Amino acid sequence: MTTSTGRGLLHLAAAVDQPDTYDADPYLTLTRLAERGALDFVTLGDSFGRPGPDALAVLSRVAPATARIGLVPTVTTTHTEPFHVQAAVATLDWVSRGRAGWRPEVSATEEEARLFGRRAAAPAAELWGEAGEVADVATRLWDSWEDDAEIRDVATGRFVDREKLHHVDFQGATFSVRGPSIVPRPPQGHPVTVVDATQQHAYDVAARHADVALVNAAGPAQAAAVRAGLRRRAAEHGRDPDALRVLAALRIDLGGGEHAAVPGHGGGGPLPSDLGPLYRGGPVDLADLVAAWHRAGAVDGFHFTPVEPRRDLERLVNGTVPLLQHRGLFRTFYPGSTFREHLGLARPVNQYAALAGDPS
Amino acid sequence: MTSTDEQRKPRGRRPLDKHIHLAAHFPGVNNTTVWTDPRSRSQIDFASFEHLARTAERGLFDFFFLAEGLRLREHKGRVHDLDVVGRPESLTVLNALAAVTERLGLAATVNATFNEPYETARRFATLDHLSGGRAAWNVVTSSDAFTGENFRRGGYLDRADRYTRAAEFVATARELWDSWTPEGQPHPFAHTGRHFDIEGEFTLPRSPQGHPVVIQAGDSPEGREFAASAADVIFTRHGTLEAGRAFYADVKGRLAKYGRTAEDLKIMPGVTVVLGDTAAEAQERAAGIRRQQVSPQNALLTLEQVWGVDLSSYDPDGPLPDIDPVVGSGLSQGRTQRGDPLVVAEQWRALSRAKGLSIRQTVIETTTRQSFIGTPQAVAAELDEFVQSDAADGFILVPHLTPGGLDEFVDQVVPLLQERGVYRTEYTGTTLRSHLGLKEPVRPAREEGLTA
Repeated sequence: MTTSTGRGLLHLAAAVDQPDTYDADPYLTLTRLAERGALDFVTLGDSFGRPGPDALAVLSRVAPATARIGLVPTVTTTHTEPFHVQAAVATLDWVSRGRAGWRPEVSATEEEARLFGRRAAAPAAELWGEAGEVADVATRLWDSWEDDAEIRDVATGRFVDREKLHHVDFQGATFSVRGPSIVPRPPQGHPVTVVDATQQHAYDVAARHADVALVNAAGPAQAAAVRAGLRRRAAEHGRDPDALRVLAALRIDLGGGEHAAVPGHGGGGPLPSDLGPLYRGGPVDLADLVAAWHRAGAVDGFHFTPVEPRRDLERLVNGTVPLLQHRGLFRTFYPGSTFREHLGLARPVNQYAALAGDPS
Repeated sequence: MTSTDEQRKPRGRRPLDKHIHLAAHFPGVNNTTVWTDPRSRSQIDFASFEHLARTAERGLFDFFFLAEGLRLREHKGRVHDLDVVGRPESLTVLNALAAVTERLGLAATVNATFNEPYETARRFATLDHLSGGRAAWNVVTSSDAFTGENFRRGGYLDRADRYTRAAEFVATARELWDSWTPEGQPHPFAHTGRHFDIEGEFTLPRSPQGHPVVIQAGDSPEGREFAASAADVIFTRHGTLEAGRAFYADVKGRLAKYGRTAEDLKIMPGVTVVLGDTAAEAQERAAGIRRQQVSPQNALLTLEQVWGVDLSSYDPDGPLPDIDPVVGSGLSQGRTQRGDPLVVAEQWRALSRAKGLSIRQTVIETTTRQSFIGTPQAVAAELDEFVQSDAADGFILVPHLTPGGLDEFVDQVVPLLQERGVYRTEYTGTTLRSHLGLKEPVRPAREEGLTA
């Protein structure tokens, strides 16, 4: 197993959540702002149990009005159909021309279960087990069409080569799917899977299925330890740990002027809060914090959640990002066009094409 | 269908003339789409959807319509490989199209058997918010275990249960759409019925249209009744002016018992249009398109779907088989039945004998959908005649080419309909309901009483 540290170029991402917002424009404004800062991706949270629009729909609405930035909606797996979920995520990849990701999430409350009336609430550990199965079947369905399955062969009258379409015959603990998908393999092969590993029960799903894992840490040493643990676990699952990007999840409150309001925040911090580590201070000191963690090789990057979305994202993009670019720690433009390219991740090999000659 | 010279003349709008509603169907995964044409482009790339939707909006259409796929069709136990196959998920595409269009309605087909009301109501309410009031939901049902193999539900519903579930599904969605207070606060809902027992709070305020437009597709008696009770638009198919008028009278006649009027339900058959500079040229083009749609391989496959047995040894240019179909063979899955195979086979054989048609010619003749074929003037006159004589309120156009199949119609026929005074010259409203002339649903009175 490699012992590499997170010292490549930084990967930066931001949440574009806004309370009581049901129109497209405020989401589009924030996503364009993040794209101006050349961020790798934006996330948008979702839950059936609180007010808000369908996140995947919002980022689909945003896709044609943006060009490069990765788009990562939260998609819940507890009360939904895995077949529908994978089709929607694959379609986000088609409409964004290779910029889709998804953040699987579970619905553990009785309130959410009552909205559907199909099954009772279950413990988070069990639901994350199911979420892992949904992530698994999603990649199988994305691979159920080989890239060159569509042949349009006028001579034989065949539109597709059915040898390159595969039943997945997935049998999970709570569902089964026959396949193949109705959606041809998306542009990225697999849209990017982002797992919020700050939740205890999501840790193993992150190690197994995530391309990007979000982790909580109060300082660089702790972050490095969490990252090393995730990479070790990924390797135990037979994955190349270098195909996993680990980002520190950080709430940011940049309303406090140019410098950290709390002493020691510049190269230190952040402070714990109920919702995770919180950085409070200015964009310049945030750049110092990011640079210090990067120097320590603690993480591959950061996922920022602005406390006050418009204000904090503007300060991040106009203040922190240029400083990191100036120090050569962050890109100044998008050299690639797909989200995977931003992350430096290869397009996955098709698991069925890999079995060449073995009929499905 | 023919047109008299009198009808072809543009004329001023008469006071009682109905306005024609038009919608565009993105060509589906069946042999309507001629993928062998050199102008045919991707059925997946967003550019194709954007082109067709922008064309429809340029033509001031009411809405853009997407069908749904939940399992790839199979024939003889293998994925069907002759027609266009593979498509993106509808609602996701429509949300993206909302970014590149401004007024066009956006209609997605979503199955009421393999979805749940809470999630479906939420996805359509989201589209309605994100598009500024342009969402429509085409409610369909499914009965087959074949499709069910992709879903948690697994098996299937009895035919009768499909429509009771669909009706309760739509009613439940409407309860959710109405559940927030007029002041924009979440308000608890509770629904207990035969198919659904759910409660909680919905996640979105009432959407710009109040309720997204509800479309129902299908001609069965259950489907007609369901449409009369619950739908805003019915998407149909009927071959002649007479059949259209009979259907129209029947469905509109069912509305009164639900306290609805003829204006509350728009009848829009799915049709194809083929244009030419002369009538003869249009007929020639139409025949050419049909030959491309029904290739020799496709003709045999269609026949096998009826006969339920392997007919690959037959000559598509030869006579129909004289053996009888095998009923319930399950040879072909994921495709709508054409009726009792024994009856269909006998009808097809009789037609073939009477007209001396080969297998391929018989399939062409029996599977042709309603078509308007002629010069732009003749087609405009016929469309107008259908609407003015109450055979339809408008049409859902199904082009045979992706994505350029509507270009000619919008450039050549729409201006003629405008000259006749039966088609809008600009959008007068912003929502799909306003395009269709549908009232915004009244919020139930109980809601008003509970908000203090």
